[in-house]
Amino acid sequence: MASITHPGHGDGHHGAHDEHHGPGGVFHQYIDLEQQNDSYIVGMWTFLVTEVMFFGALFLIYGLYRYAYSQDWFLAHEHLDYVMGGVNTFNLLVSSLFMALAVRAAQLKDRKVVLRLLGGVMVCAAIFMVIKYFEYTGKFHENLYPGPTFTKNAEILHGANLNKAQMFFGLYFAMTGLHGVHVVVGMLIIGKLMHMWWKKNPMVTEDYIPTELVGLYWHFVDLVWIFLYPLFYLMPRPDALAAHASGGGGH
Amino acid sequence: MSTTVTTPIGGLDGSPKVEQNYLTNGHTLKSWLLTTDHKRIAILYLISITFFFGLGGAFAGLIRYELIAPAGNVLESETYNKVFSAHGIIMVFLFLVAVIPATLGNFLLPMMIGARDLAFPRLNLLSWYLFNAGGALVLAALVNGGVDTGWTFYTPYSSLYSNTNVSLAITGIFLAGFASITTGMNFIVTVHKMRAPGMTWFRLPLFVWANYATAVVMILGTPVVAITLLCVVFERTFKLPIFSPELGGDPVLFQHLFWFYSHPAVYIMILPAFGVISELITNFSRKRVFGYHFIAFSSLAIAFLGFLVWGHHMFVSSQSMYQSIVFSLITYLLAVPSAIKIFNWTATMYKGNIRLDAPMIYAIAFMGLFTVGGVTGLHLATVSTDIHLTATYFIVAHFHYVMVGGTITAFLGGLHFWWPKMTGRLYNESVAKWNAVLVFVGFNLTFFPQFVMGFMGMPRRYHYYYFAPEFQPYHLMSSAGATALGLGFAVPIFYLVKSLFTGEKAGANPWGAHGLEWETQSPPITVNFETVPIVTDEVYDFDPVGEHEELMAKLAGAKS
Amino acid sequence: MFNFPMTPPAASNFAGEHDALFYAITFLAVLFTLIVSFLVVFFALKYRRGTKADRSRPMYENLALELSWIIIPTILGLAFFGWGTKVYIDMRTPPKDAMEIFVIGKQWMWHVQHPNGVRENNTLHVPMGKPVKLTMISQDVIHAFYIPAFRVQYMVVPGRYTQMWFTPTKKGEYHLFCNMYCGTQHSEMGGRVVVLDPREYADWLANNGSKPQTLTVAQAGEKIFNKVGCNNCHGGADNQRAPSLAGIYGKTRVMTDGARYIADETYLREAILRPSNKITKGYINSMSAYEGQLTEEEVVSLLAYIKSGANPAASEPAMSSALAAKESRISEGTAGNYVGAMQFNSQRADATPTKRGNKMNAVGAMAAEKVGDQ
Ligand code: HEA
Ligand code: HEA
Ligand code: HEC
Ligand code: CUA
Ligand SMILES: [Cu+2]
Repeated sequence: MASITHPGHGDGHHGAHDEHHGPGGVFHQYIDLEQQNDSYIVGMWTFLVTEVMFFGALFLIYGLYRYAYSQDWFLAHEHLDYVMGGVNTFNLLVSSLFMALAVRAAQLKDRKVVLRLLGGVMVCAAIFMVIKYFEYTGKFHENLYPGPTFTKNAEILHGANLNKAQMFFGLYFAMTGLHGVHVVVGMLIIGKLMHMWWKKNPMVTEDYIPTELVGLYWHFVDLVWIFLYPLFYLMPRPDALAAHASGGGGH
Repeated sequence: MSTTVTTPIGGLDGSPKVEQNYLTNGHTLKSWLLTTDHKRIAILYLISITFFFGLGGAFAGLIRYELIAPAGNVLESETYNKVFSAHGIIMVFLFLVAVIPATLGNFLLPMMIGARDLAFPRLNLLSWYLFNAGGALVLAALVNGGVDTGWTFYTPYSSLYSNTNVSLAITGIFLAGFASITTGMNFIVTVHKMRAPGMTWFRLPLFVWANYATAVVMILGTPVVAITLLCVVFERTFKLPIFSPELGGDPVLFQHLFWFYSHPAVYIMILPAFGVISELITNFSRKRVFGYHFIAFSSLAIAFLGFLVWGHHMFVSSQSMYQSIVFSLITYLLAVPSAIKIFNWTATMYKGNIRLDAPMIYAIAFMGLFTVGGVTGLHLATVSTDIHLTATYFIVAHFHYVMVGGTITAFLGGLHFWWPKMTGRLYNESVAKWNAVLVFVGFNLTFFPQFVMGFMGMPRRYHYYYFAPEFQPYHLMSSAGATALGLGFAVPIFYLVKSLFTGEKAGANPWGAHGLEWETQSPPITVNFETVPIVTDEVYDFDPVGEHEELMAKLAGAKS
Repeated sequence: MFNFPMTPPAASNFAGEHDALFYAITFLAVLFTLIVSFLVVFFALKYRRGTKADRSRPMYENLALELSWIIIPTILGLAFFGWGTKVYIDMRTPPKDAMEIFVIGKQWMWHVQHPNGVRENNTLHVPMGKPVKLTMISQDVIHAFYIPAFRVQYMVVPGRYTQMWFTPTKKGEYHLFCNMYCGTQHSEMGGRVVVLDPREYADWLANNGSKPQTLTVAQAGEKIFNKVGCNNCHGGADNQRAPSLAGIYGKTRVMTDGARYIADETYLREAILRPSNKITKGYINSMSAYEGQLTEEEVVSLLAYIKSGANPAASEPAMSSALAAKESRISEGTAGNYVGAMQFNSQRADATPTKRGNKMNAVGAMAAEKVGDQ
């Protein structure tokens, strides 16, 4: 192959060296900081694509069964507290705002503001988890989790078919649980990021990209919830049920 | 360009030749287990997948031994079921999905585009650990009594009825899946962002294109199967009803989700093999590849269309008639890009200056075997014939032709081709050549009879066939062939390992091949290139006519 | 032992069509394999290093060639797709007058019910020259009913009916295989398909076993209908409590939410097992779910009864339906019909405790509790 070589921007690394950063926190495999940053950003988006496919499969399962069992699911969903869910939605939206501002502050290299805003994100995330904790324990007390001990009391479910309701709660736990895991992972990452800012690590203070990447992840986690909330908490009344109710039935 | 060995780059500016290489850079176990060097990770992966291949092959041996007699030889039905499940699970998830991308791909991709490493070296190492952790869990499941669901894990059998170690095995596959996702992410970012100056998209070696397409399939498909299998685990452990009809679920939904990954997964298995073959054919024909753009784009077409045909595994599964028809149509269209590749390779050989070394023999074997596997895919893509053939040995033959005759043959060819680059040593060429012939013959003897027996109606996953003794002659042939084939797969291990100690030193470019990876020393230094290469022309600028004349002149000179 | 049959027997209306198509694709396959192999080997020898061959003016790009080997396979592919699809549509469209036989699969045996009530296990007797439609369902996992000699196969899925049809064309005995992996004894879940000529078949039906007289499937369904208490609500005409089921089969039903469904097997099954999913217009969801309380056999019987034109209010029992006309000597034949080597199979199957039993009870109990709540 007709390729010529020249000294290039080689950083003089020879032989043994592994994870040492070159000048300005550039890893050895990159030519310069720009290439490194570009790679990080493409890498993060690629990762988010896999996450979309991951949740996408669950949303697909949800969609199919919701279509098939809309009525029972509507009845079952009345057991979710849309106020708690709503507070959490608002809460996550605020945290997203904080995160966006934190990235902006990182670009401006304003360390104090970054730390304060990231702290705000952490508080929101913690509140989210606390509320989730109360929601989950509530369901556990009422035996509303799938398994042989699923509630024996059909009345508590407003008469929904127990299998369908069990499916609803099963997906509810699977999907919000998976989302919860993502929130916890997010908190760990943000914690680590705050630590780096706190220690004035040049990786983050000199360069806003790491902060932006964490921000991308966090926005994705919020976005998933933005879909989860209406799907689980805010189901519209299926027509069939409306007619049923007007016919004098219902509970 | 010349056919002679080019000097290592280090020599160009007169600096002393670097004696260090990636193998000698650190000798401790730790320097291997914690390495972030893509080349070392490739070697680690090579060891892992060889192990799993040997294990999967051992299970294949058991299958073939058992099927010699219509009423079985040594196993119970339950054990037999566990054996073919283990064979399928290991071969697919712990061997074939990783085999080319994680070894040759890992080793070559950065070098071929002139980069020092993959974009995320630590993620790459994590990938190897995930892969092994997954493998360990699958092994644990096997040791603890096995899994008997087949590699397809169809519900509700897998979720409610089987009382074997399904959950453990699935968790293992889940981890191995993440190994595949991380590899895919790494490849995508590397190809997008780490190309050396001047390495434009259309100067990329075709092996890189193929691996790029593979990586796209990996990151889009694998998460889906991961979550689907996880749902099976949920259903088993928490009785979370998703796929079992008695709890209100839809058992066929599982098949849709499973094949949404597992059909594209067969292209994860074959696309890198296509990449290898593109390199082998051009380099051994000493001729620029024919129809570069068509080969490159057909890889992308396969990756894209591959996501739209999953339903061809479900023609008799009670999906609607119209679904089946559409899936059949798209499957037919999907066969075309593969045809494009085959024809372009053939055209590349035309007017070449062909060297029939062992890698080229493997490449030629690939062309024949993959074509047979591919065109029998057309029998299966036609719904009305698939209705008769589905789940018979016809399918077993089809997929072994594409997976073993295709991918493994290509892998062996590639391994031989790049072996001198990876180890700095030459293996025994004539043994390798004869071994390639043995693999070809053994393979056909093993799997061709299965087409006939499948057409006659021999179902797959059958332990006994005493009620249908007419199949026995075919099983006998197949078992005999498998013995030869197993030998053909084992022999390379010996002469390749031997070459490490006694092989001739290879030099930077023993084949006179083209490509950036051949312009650095063998084995390469840890950062691949002394300096960042600058690329000025496309990869395959061979000159068959000039080479031929040169050779003739040399011969004439020798005579006079 | 070492005779070499290379083709399966051809014993149904589809065998001819299928084989023609199969051989045509095989011809295409062999043709392309030969072209590719020939060219590759030819080039490898002709242009081997050192041979004297014309290597001047090599080609690296040629749009015409590329297009030709894109377009020709595409056209050939589309042609075969078209042919295959035509045959396929045929295979999926049973003729109206097909005789309906019910097949129930369970680990690891086949249970077959002929329309007039004759039952058999792991064997299927069919008359030559008559179109036969199999309506199949599984009681546990997915199976597949595969008759290689007929070139037909379809999965047998729990929770839904699947169908396939064929017209046997040659007398004889053929393999019957379960061709979807279903657990330990999957390979032994098979038996025979016996094609008789129509007279023999009629005799076979009539003389089947020596057990006391039994009921047709529809009659059995009527019994269940009354025993389980469907008749408490469903009368001869629509009433306050429930719609009438008389002649409902094949009619269009309107739901509360305006949706319309044809009352086919799947719809009726759903309406019995999970009535709350689709509520008929004008009614409320007062019918309880029978899921887990009825076996697949019972559901099949109920369906046959409803399809036969169920009319509980009328004094004349469903006995009089056309199928039941020549009922006099038909007998219950489960035990009598076990055939050959497969017999131990079904016994083992009965003895095998699957998880199924417990779970069904649990679900049943749930449903029962739900009844209580309402
Ligand atoms: C590497 C893996 C691999 C590859 C590359 C392929 C390639 C193809 N496969 Fe295969 N397949 C499997 C692995 C693979 N398959 C496996 C593992 C299974 C079974 C899974 C299980 O159930 O366990 C399976 C099952 C399977 C089925 C399901 C059968 C069933 O379960 O009922 C079908 C149906 O359409 C199918 C079709 C095809 C087709 C059309 C191609 C095409 O891509 C092939 C294209 C190639 C060619 C066509 C050859 C080159 C072309 C020419 C020389 C020109 C002539 C061409 C024309 C005229 C069009 N395959
Ligand atoms: C990569 C994929 C792959 C590979 C390579 C193979 C290789 C082989 N397979 Fe496999 N096979 C599958 C994938 C593969 N198979 C799948 C997915 C299934 C479906 C499973 C299911 O139904 O769920 C299947 C099913 C399957 C069946 C059908 C079983 C049934 O339905 O009942 C049969 C039967 O003949 C068979 C045979 C063989 C044989 C003889 C080989 C031979 O090629 C193997 C030869 C290799 C060896 C004998 C080992 C060589 C020795 C060494 C390398 C040295 C040892 C090294 C060390 C110890 C480190 N296979
Ligand atoms: C408690 C009264 C009651 C009993 C007992 C009952 N049903 Fe129903 N059934 C109803 C009502 C009310 C409807 C209409 C609402 C609906 O579609 O669910 C209905 C609807 C149906 C339908 C759908 C008919 C249509 O309108 O399309 C079928 C089929 C059916 N029942 C069959 C049965 C069978 C079989 C049994 C016995 C195993 C049975 N039912 C027992 C009350 C009952
Ligand atoms: Cu039933 Cu296989
Ligand atoms: Cu496929």
